[in-house]
Amino acid sequence: MNLKHVTGLLCAAAMSFALGSGAQAQDKVVKIGVIMPMSGGTASIGAHAKAALDVATDIINNAHPELGNFPLAKNAGLAGLGGAKVEVVIADNQGNPATGQNQALRLITEEKVAAVFGAYQSGITLTSSAIAEKYGVPYLNSESVAANLTERGFKWFFRTTPIATDFAKIYVDFLADIKAQGAKTDSVALVHDNTEYGTSVANTIAGAFKEKGQPIALDVAYPVNATDVQGQVLQLKDKKPDVVIMISYTSDAILFAKTMQSLDYKPAVLLADDAGYSDPSFTKAVGKISQGVFNRSSWVVGPSGSPSAIIAGMYKKKSGEDMDDTVARQMQGFFVLAEAIDRAGSTDPAKIQAALKATDLKPDQLMIGYKGVKFDDKGQNILASGAIIQLQDGENYVAVWPKANAEKAPVLPYNGW
Amino acid sequence: MPRLFCNDLIRATQLMSFVLVQAIVGGLLLGAVYALFSSGLTLVWGMMNIVNFAHGDFVMLGMYVAYVVYTLMGGGPILGAPLATLVLATVGVVVYFALIRGIMKGPMLAQILGTFGLALLLRYSVFWWFGANFLSMPPNIVGGTYAFAGLRIEASRLLAGVVALLVTFGLHLLLTRTSLGSKMLAVAEDATAAQLMGIRPDTMQAIAWAIAAGATGLAGALIANFFYIVPTVGETLGIVAFVTVSLGGFGSVPGALVAGLLIGVIESLSGYLIGAIYKDIVVYLLFLFFLWFRPQGLMGKS
Repeated sequence: MNLKHVTGLLCAAAMSFALGSGAQAQDKVVKIGVIMPMSGGTASIGAHAKAALDVATDIINNAHPELGNFPLAKNAGLAGLGGAKVEVVIADNQGNPATGQNQALRLITEEKVAAVFGAYQSGITLTSSAIAEKYGVPYLNSESVAANLTERGFKWFFRTTPIATDFAKIYVDFLADIKAQGAKTDSVALVHDNTEYGTSVANTIAGAFKEKGQPIALDVAYPVNATDVQGQVLQLKDKKPDVVIMISYTSDAILFAKTMQSLDYKPAVLLADDAGYSDPSFTKAVGKISQGVFNRSSWVVGPSGSPSAIIAGMYKKKSGEDMDDTVARQMQGFFVLAEAIDRAGSTDPAKIQAALKATDLKPDQLMIGYKGVKFDDKGQNILASGAIIQLQDGENYVAVWPKANAEKAPVLPYNGW
Repeated sequence: MPRLFCNDLIRATQLMSFVLVQAIVGGLLLGAVYALFSSGLTLVWGMMNIVNFAHGDFVMLGMYVAYVVYTLMGGGPILGAPLATLVLATVGVVVYFALIRGIMKGPMLAQILGTFGLALLLRYSVFWWFGANFLSMPPNIVGGTYAFAGLRIEASRLLAGVVALLVTFGLHLLLTRTSLGSKMLAVAEDATAAQLMGIRPDTMQAIAWAIAAGATGLAGALIANFFYIVPTVGETLGIVAFVTVSLGGFGSVPGALVAGLLIGVIESLSGYLIGAIYKDIVVYLLFLFFLWFRPQGLMGKS
């Protein structure tokens, strides 16, 4: 606890220093509360998100003419608020829904943030957004895919990412496509953890396949942050499904990859639902023994000089990592929120809410491969979309489906190591 | 004799599904490692009634030592495991003199918060130094995978299981069959009386911490070969140690051994047979069941 206090003090000192120097040029600051897993099993995600938000605030707060017409880049600060700077207040959700909820309360009542942004894990987005709803503060979520989050009738909740139902449809279509090309995809197994993310996404995918007349053959659930998954892999080896869909956070994804290798298990098609499989530390740790795994993504880096390429370069410089899908969706979501605040021209929650509702961003105003950003009555972005990528060389994902924006053709069967 | 054993095993694999045998063997090997890192926890409790909440983070430190040895010197477990043992044994002694000796005189709450604070300090120091990213040893760092009568055993898991089994057994012998062990037990029984007999409780307790932390570090280095490495891995593994020790009986090394093996097998069998979600239900039902008949745990002293 002492350590936390010391870092807290240091942060406060650093902030007051930054504020002090900034105050000369501009007094007005727009605080945005950010809830992320900065510790716990998914802390690597929080660390990447922090670097991404540092880059995003740099783009917003300073003039970046090289980004062309990318919203908020051209001039320093938010033009709609007289050049006000955006300040990110990061709160650690510790991978725990109750902590996330407390942090939302703290950000809103003590930090007096204009809006809340978070919270990676669907289960924590669920609890923390309920607080924002209660206090009437806009909440933007950029990466939690559990379908039910936008089914609660919330008025202050907005989500930019494609969600489980979108991806379930992508998976069904993708598998039908490669089946037409001769791959065997008749029996599908789902492997998922027992969190809000794991269970709800598994249910949504199972529903989509059932609708297609192809019920899921095998459902393998495991407790999150498992210490051992030998039993689960043996179960798969025993039942021999053609397709295995993995819905796992990083720690479990790595353990599954290692255990599959040690037990020599390779399904014909291994398809991952983002999360752990998009974490760069997954590819670094076990990419070489996961060659050929399919994954979903909304992130495709554009040609050099394009906003997405420039932003990816800035992110790499900041964090030392290549931009991945999760971080790209987070950054995009943050830009959407900042753009709405800019248009609202105010930090009044109701005005930001109205601006979010009126959001209508076109593909060329985005850094990610969505067809745009436009929210429906439930707060869901109806123009979100995604593609299938494959880890062909064990190091970098390449887009393989749909054919229109594919860099390479999908390679089958799953190669492993 | 080995032939007979082989024949038996082959027949057994034919009788049961080979997958079942694979699950049991894999569970036993992992369980042995659970037993080893739980022995450290149980030993410290048995010696001085202290629950070390930083125990999982000692495992984590052992893993990082093995990783650093690998990245800096390219050394595999031959070098990493002994070094992790030594480093952690040293950490154990330092922790004893710097923290434990002081808080042992304090109230129970100070003991709990003391080791809990230590856990956070270790975890976030590693976090700060290495970052939050997941690390991993290269596959096959110990050797490949042995295929035998339809069974597949990874060399790194075999090494971990066998070494853990031997060391846990060795710990038990050390405590029960050597004069050092007798002295340690004497201090555990009655420190004042032991002191009157010319045994220095301080030294014995420091040795106990060195052994406990060293064994934990060794377990960490062995696990590092087939597990991911991350600053928070101690949270995940620490819980296993607490479950193992409560099932086996606080203070009992043989208890930790039996419970570790049992939990390893339950874990992999339940993952295969009934779904891993129910693993903890099985373990804790068993735990409550034992509590009913043996409140001191499987092999704890009454």
